[in-house]
Amino acid sequence: MTPDLQGFELGEGNGEANGVGGADRDRSLSAVLDALGQAFGVITEPGAPGSGARQHTWLDTFDWRLSRAGLVLEYERKSHGARLLLSRDNLPIAEQPVTGWRSSRPRLAADLPAGPVRDQLLKLATPRALLPMATAASTVRVARLLNADGKTVARLTVDDSTVTRADQAIALPPRLTITEVRGYPGQARRAARLLADSPGVSPAGTSTFATALHALGRHPGDYSNGVTAAITARMPASVAVATLLLGLLDTLEQNVDGVLRDIDTEFLHDLRVAARRTRSAIKLLGDVIPESRPYAAEFKWLGDLTTPTRDLDVHLLGFDAMAAQLVAATPADLEPFRAFLARRRAREFRRLSAGLRSARFKTLTDHWRKTLLEARDHPAKRKTPTADEVAVAKTARAFRKIAAQGGAITADSPPESLHDLRKRCKELRYVLEFFAPLHDPVTYKKVVGDLKQLQDCLGEFQDSEVQRHEIAELADAMLAERAAPAATLLAMGEIAANLAHSQAEARAEFADRFARFAGPAGQQRFRALLIRPSGPGLTRPSGPVLERPRP
Amino acid sequence: VKIFATYNIKGGVGKTTAAVNLAYLSAEDGYRTLLWDLDPQGAASFLFRIKPRVKGGGKALIRGTKALDDAIKGTDFEHLDLLPADFTYRNMDLILGDKDKNPTRQLAQLLRPLAAEYDHVFLDCPPSISLVSENVMHAADVLLVPLIPTTLSVRTLDQLTEFVAGFSGRRPEIRAFFSMVDRRKRLHQEITEKLLAERAGVLAAPIPALSLIERMSVERAPVTAFAPRSQAARAFRALWTELTDEKPAG
Repeated sequence: MTPDLQGFELGEGNGEANGVGGADRDRSLSAVLDALGQAFGVITEPGAPGSGARQHTWLDTFDWRLSRAGLVLEYERKSHGARLLLSRDNLPIAEQPVTGWRSSRPRLAADLPAGPVRDQLLKLATPRALLPMATAASTVRVARLLNADGKTVARLTVDDSTVTRADQAIALPPRLTITEVRGYPGQARRAARLLADSPGVSPAGTSTFATALHALGRHPGDYSNGVTAAITARMPASVAVATLLLGLLDTLEQNVDGVLRDIDTEFLHDLRVAARRTRSAIKLLGDVIPESRPYAAEFKWLGDLTTPTRDLDVHLLGFDAMAAQLVAATPADLEPFRAFLARRRAREFRRLSAGLRSARFKTLTDHWRKTLLEARDHPAKRKTPTADEVAVAKTARAFRKIAAQGGAITADSPPESLHDLRKRCKELRYVLEFFAPLHDPVTYKKVVGDLKQLQDCLGEFQDSEVQRHEIAELADAMLAERAAPAATLLAMGEIAANLAHSQAEARAEFADRFARFAGPAGQQRFRALLIRPSGPGLTRPSGPVLERPRP
Repeated sequence: VKIFATYNIKGGVGKTTAAVNLAYLSAEDGYRTLLWDLDPQGAASFLFRIKPRVKGGGKALIRGTKALDDAIKGTDFEHLDLLPADFTYRNMDLILGDKDKNPTRQLAQLLRPLAAEYDHVFLDCPPSISLVSENVMHAADVLLVPLIPTTLSVRTLDQLTEFVAGFSGRRPEIRAFFSMVDRRKRLHQEITEKLLAERAGVLAAPIPALSLIERMSVERAPVTAFAPRSQAARAFRALWTELTDEKPAG
């Protein structure tokens, strides 16, 4: 079999950066050139196409959206000009030149200059910013491999890259590539074989990007906004809950810097979700770790601190879609409203920043971590149930609540009853997610899918109402500041009307969605989720777990 | 794709030298360029250090495009490929005449699939008037005719012009240029000036007779590549610029 012509690495082939020192590397390289020299004339070709110094920066969103979609976005700067290159499986799929772009500064995909790369990325990345994930400076040398006639029959490319982290430069193993010259495939294969057999040369397993990330101590997907705690069914419940709360605290803290630098709106969103999940966990599972209870008030403070900015973000993110729905008014009428929102957001954001930089926030996260570490690493001697026992009991309880509350809702029920149900649904969703590793994945997916449908409907209902009230309040504020032309107010009125319409639609859909989730089939699915094969140490929920409490 | 062919009924007038250097300059300008060495002697192939051999010979090439694609070799230079000569090309007339298809248009048809892959194709023709040269004239967009400034070569140009004028349908543009010019010879100067004044389509940039150009066979590379700043290289560059910069005549 022909070795892969694409990638070889000088080093031990374990993908470790710093595997070979400078002197060793030079020795290995001359050994490679000697090996090729047995079969080919080898001459280096200064100024050959593709040679010279260049800088690569790989970009992705904070939550690795590109990587998860199998894409690699690379910014390459050469002596003249720069370009963005988008590839999948090492094959380029789009490329565009860019000028005046600084890859070191995060930018929204929407702010990229028009071009095929932007077209490919826009939907995937929005509203996240593209961040530099790794930067490598490389020197590329090209050697020509000649046959007996002195004809070039293949080329050897040597790519020496250095990645930088915290002022420390880390040399990556040099990458060697054999390129075929058209019409001489056999010679390229021969060169690749010689290369593969040279001492110190191994097939390059990963891309330069992956190697660079590894050298930086990172890996694609090292951030996710999901609940990713490693818990097991037999773990003491207090240890499991502390573990998942620590995971949420990590997520929360990982987002603080992005919020403060105001890189994109999703940092704040993810921070809020982590805080909300934490509050729910304290409320629903606090009896497992009683020491957690006093923190509920502080996390409520954190939630309240972040709400005004997030609400304005939501208005601004949906602004264009909202403006596009206008029938009587025109989008231009709304521009003063957008400007007003932006001013307000700037003000609220200052308040938020001050809060996140405050001693109170630092004390909260420090003490919270200490409490959780204590609970995880030194569990109380008292007998506590297992994680699975708690998962089954709490999940069943949350479901029963929803079934009872939702079942009582009629067409005449006040909006508050739906708002309240939405909160219960969120709680159930969180409990499901916390203990996801303990459930059968297929059933879990079905149950969460149904629940999500119901949540979307309730969300639409409540968000439309909340936004409508907010628009009314903002209109008042604009009037007070004399920042409200009549046309703008009229346009805002039209938007409020659209929101009322959406809310009515959501209300009409509620009965169906609820029936799907909590009706006989939904109950059946839920029962399947919570049934456990009997075994030592695993308790079975006794009786009909989902039976509604009698009034 | 634009197809250039260097052609002259006489040998030793600088056809191959021109084809090799102009193809190199075309590639250097970023055009994806193919040079087809149609001369069984294989001088162009030799200059690029490529063996004058095609699997299956000329017959395989004329019969199917697959063989054509397989026979193309990359040169040492970016964007420049070469279709090597083969000794069987000496029988090319027989091969071309052997088929039921229009014997004078086979080369043109053969080149058609290459349009997507190349911007410029150069055909380096053997000296003669034959079925091969007739095929080349039908395939080419531009016939590049090297002229040593003598009275006899002016007659040759006239004959060629007349011959092409007899084509029905598409005709190649004829662009003559002065080759192996010796500035010290009075006759060279006179004929150069006269032709430039009297004929349309004659290119003004002359290729002088220089020993550096002859050195190409020692260096085995285009002079434009191994001595890019030499007088010889500058002369070819001027010729290429004149050929590509101006608006097409007519």
